[in-house]
Amino acid sequence: MTDFLLELRSEEIPARMQAKARNDLARLFAECTSAAGLSTGAVDAHSTPRRLVLIVRDVAESTKAAREELKGPRANAPEQALEGFLRKTGLKREQLEDRDGVLFAVIERPGKAAADVLAETVKRIVTDFPWPKSMRWGDGGLRWVRPLHGIVAILGEDIIPVEIDGIASSATTFGHRFHHPGPITIGGAHDYAEKLRACHVIVDQDERERLIREGAAAVAREAGLALIEDEGLVVENAGLTEWPVPLIGRFDDDFLDVPREVIVLTMRTNQKYFACTNDEGLLAPAFICVANVDSKDGGKAIAQGNARVLAARLADARFFWEQDVKIPLEEQARKLDGIVFHEKLGTVADKVERVARLARWLVEEGIVKGAKPDQVERAARLAKADLVSGMVGEFPELQGVIGGYLAEAQGEPKAVAEAIRDHYKPVGQGDEVPTAPVTVAVSLADKLDTLLSFYTIGEVPTGSKDPFALRRAAIGSIALILANNIRVSLLPLFMAMFQERVAAFQTGFMGNTPQGVLLLLADRLKVQQREAGVRHDLIDSVFALGSEDDLIRLLARVKALQEFVGTEDGTNLLVAYKRAANILKKEKWEGTGASGGSDLAAEEKALIDALDKAEPKAAAAIGKEDFTGAMAALAFLRKPVDSFFDHVTVNDPDKAKRERRLNLLLRFRDAVNAVADFSRIEG
Amino acid sequence: MSLSFQDLILTLHRYWSDQGCVILQPYDMEMGAGTFHPATVLRALGPDPWKCAYVQPCRRPTDGRYGENPNRLGHYYQYQVVLKPSPPQMQDLYLGSLTAIGIDPLKHDIRFVEDDWESPTLGAWGLGWEVWCDGMEVTQFTYFQQVGGFECKPVSGELTYGLERLAMYIQGVDNVFDLRFNDAGVSYGDVFLENERELSAYNFEVANTEALFDLFRKAAAECENCLEAKLPVPAYEQAIRASHVFNMLQARGVISVAERQAYIGRVRDLAKAACAAWLERATP
Repeated sequence: MTDFLLELRSEEIPARMQAKARNDLARLFAECTSAAGLSTGAVDAHSTPRRLVLIVRDVAESTKAAREELKGPRANAPEQALEGFLRKTGLKREQLEDRDGVLFAVIERPGKAAADVLAETVKRIVTDFPWPKSMRWGDGGLRWVRPLHGIVAILGEDIIPVEIDGIASSATTFGHRFHHPGPITIGGAHDYAEKLRACHVIVDQDERERLIREGAAAVAREAGLALIEDEGLVVENAGLTEWPVPLIGRFDDDFLDVPREVIVLTMRTNQKYFACTNDEGLLAPAFICVANVDSKDGGKAIAQGNARVLAARLADARFFWEQDVKIPLEEQARKLDGIVFHEKLGTVADKVERVARLARWLVEEGIVKGAKPDQVERAARLAKADLVSGMVGEFPELQGVIGGYLAEAQGEPKAVAEAIRDHYKPVGQGDEVPTAPVTVAVSLADKLDTLLSFYTIGEVPTGSKDPFALRRAAIGSIALILANNIRVSLLPLFMAMFQERVAAFQTGFMGNTPQGVLLLLADRLKVQQREAGVRHDLIDSVFALGSEDDLIRLLARVKALQEFVGTEDGTNLLVAYKRAANILKKEKWEGTGASGGSDLAAEEKALIDALDKAEPKAAAAIGKEDFTGAMAALAFLRKPVDSFFDHVTVNDPDKAKRERRLNLLLRFRDAVNAVADFSRIEG
Repeated sequence: MSLSFQDLILTLHRYWSDQGCVILQPYDMEMGAGTFHPATVLRALGPDPWKCAYVQPCRRPTDGRYGENPNRLGHYYQYQVVLKPSPPQMQDLYLGSLTAIGIDPLKHDIRFVEDDWESPTLGAWGLGWEVWCDGMEVTQFTYFQQVGGFECKPVSGELTYGLERLAMYIQGVDNVFDLRFNDAGVSYGDVFLENERELSAYNFEVANTEALFDLFRKAAAECENCLEAKLPVPAYEQAIRASHVFNMLQARGVISVAERQAYIGRVRDLAKAACAAWLERATP
């Protein structure tokens, strides 16, 4: 049993591709060797900017020898049958064994040497590697993420000879680009990592990540500061360095006038720097960069150089900020009529107008409570103004945040500034959900406007296509409604919004649009509630009522229902319901109204009595939104309906009996359906 | 003392000349980037080897700041190197050029950071990096994969140095206009500050948009005229002209977002047709 080392050395691999590349490397290796029947121990993949590395423990010497027997035709079979068999097995007539008049082919497959399997494996890996983007170089035909320069493939201490497009495997690699530019000879898997470490290359990305994480925290601490942790930056910097050296640098205090988010974002996205805070938790005028070199002067020149680059970037940012602060948001908002929101939906100014009216209405109707209508309308009218600011032009991901700062700077009330800042939230699942009333009104109005507007012009998400992020808007709306206990009957609201939009966009009338939006919400609600353990079929069963369009009430109903179907009464009632529904379906029974009679069976009478009591009880409970009470009323039906089925024949030869009994089943079904459409419940 | 602006150029010329490059002078037409030079675009097509280096003035009308921004210019210089086929030691050759201009890679932090290049107006793309020196982007390094919509075979390696930025870095200067242009007391500002002011005013405020629209149409028509006559080089020149006029119109703010794509598409079609004609000529 020996270990195998593979190093694929190339020019710099993009940092963001390295994690997937490691997985792909290990997966391809395992696929190839297991297909060939070569057994191996643990497989470890590593990456640096310039190499992908695989270390495989305990590779078997060869694949197992195999013996295969194939039964052929009888010895006296016609010539054609024999020929076919020989062709199939690749043997000659005299190699076949005759056993009691039947011919057998015995094929011995000797074990294949590990070296041969590995050579083929390396070839497959290099030619089939699934890079997200690959390229050619020079005048070769090979594709790799960037030019591939060397292959080290050593099993035990022996080179596995492979040649791919002029690149021959060897035991030679190179160390750090600047510290050790000359060739190094590798003995095998056992000395690879240590030899490279001696040449300023840390092969294991986890170790580099740790050095960066701990090193950055340490240099911050030495300067009396605290590192703002950022795991994404740790991984990215580990993908950009073979010998990471965290260094701290400073920037001018004056730049701290610029919003903190802008500074942190500039440092992060443009320069890949970490930010720090002082002991009061405020942003410190310092940055931490990760160099890829143990510099001659201890990193002085590097820190200085980076500080100058950052100063230029921050000067740019401050320029935009100072320009933006000079212009009132109202004035910026007026420019929104020059930005097309969607060709059929008008400009962003048009959208702002719709959102402002809807947000105000939500508050005036008492749907969103605790906000002042004037503040809500003002926040809505200014919420998108930062889209034309220089700052958001530079940093589109800061939309909202910049508007919030600008609103604060021009003295808007706190609630308005906050609403401007947070009205895009929540962005997808897991994001913080606003609870400040002004923010909630603007955010919900913005999302509902997006949903209804796109649905009105027929732009609906299909399959994986959702170019206007309507699912995200739906998830955001649901989260806002649930987190803030917003009680609203959505269908009439959607209908009114839809009619207003049909007129505004002069589009054709697609009558089921409001239902379509509600269905999207139901769909997302199911996904969202799955984590909370709410059954999707129960949500369906309540939605299917068609009348339940208040998400808060809907969930209360679903929760009561879920409890109920978990009880014995619930399970049995469901069985009885399905039985009743099946009979009605089979008979295509629509109901005739006939009921009662002088010859009622006892169980028939008992069921009628039970329904007479249960129906008003359930209705009253639903009216009070006491869904547990409604379920209890239904539970009361369970025994009578069970004994009805046990003792009464529905399909009685007497037509009148049959008719009234079918009607009774119909009544039972409808009584249950008043709570939820039980036909949607699984199980 | 660190290299002056002109010595930086002379040093790069010497270095790349020693690597066997043809040292060209700037192309005598307005263009947005050194890549547009026919010595890059047309020579990247077809099978013939090619090595060249040149300085190209670049005009980006929308980047003009009336000479008031220390880092942004509407007119600046790129140093461009094309090696075809890209040699295996291309990165080392490039790093050698940094050492030649006085950047010690054991004192500074040189990094190759992913940056894929694409030019929608040239129908061209490639993979490569922006090269960082202490966090500053000093060079764009690209392996061309397609130009004019055609696969590059062999692949050309392209280096584009931002000369002003590089010089600012080497000289330790924070304002481009303070760069030492030579060692005889002339600054970059002495040479170009007035130009920046006037060109910004012209590009943003004065340029006659009617005339520009007309010029765009005429360049496009002339390009087609040249294609008809099977003259790819002048056809390509007209495509460059159309591209520059389009940039001017953008600076004047008279092209809407919706129209923008259509203009880019028009220039791309012209450039692609010129490239196709060039390839046809090269392969009899």
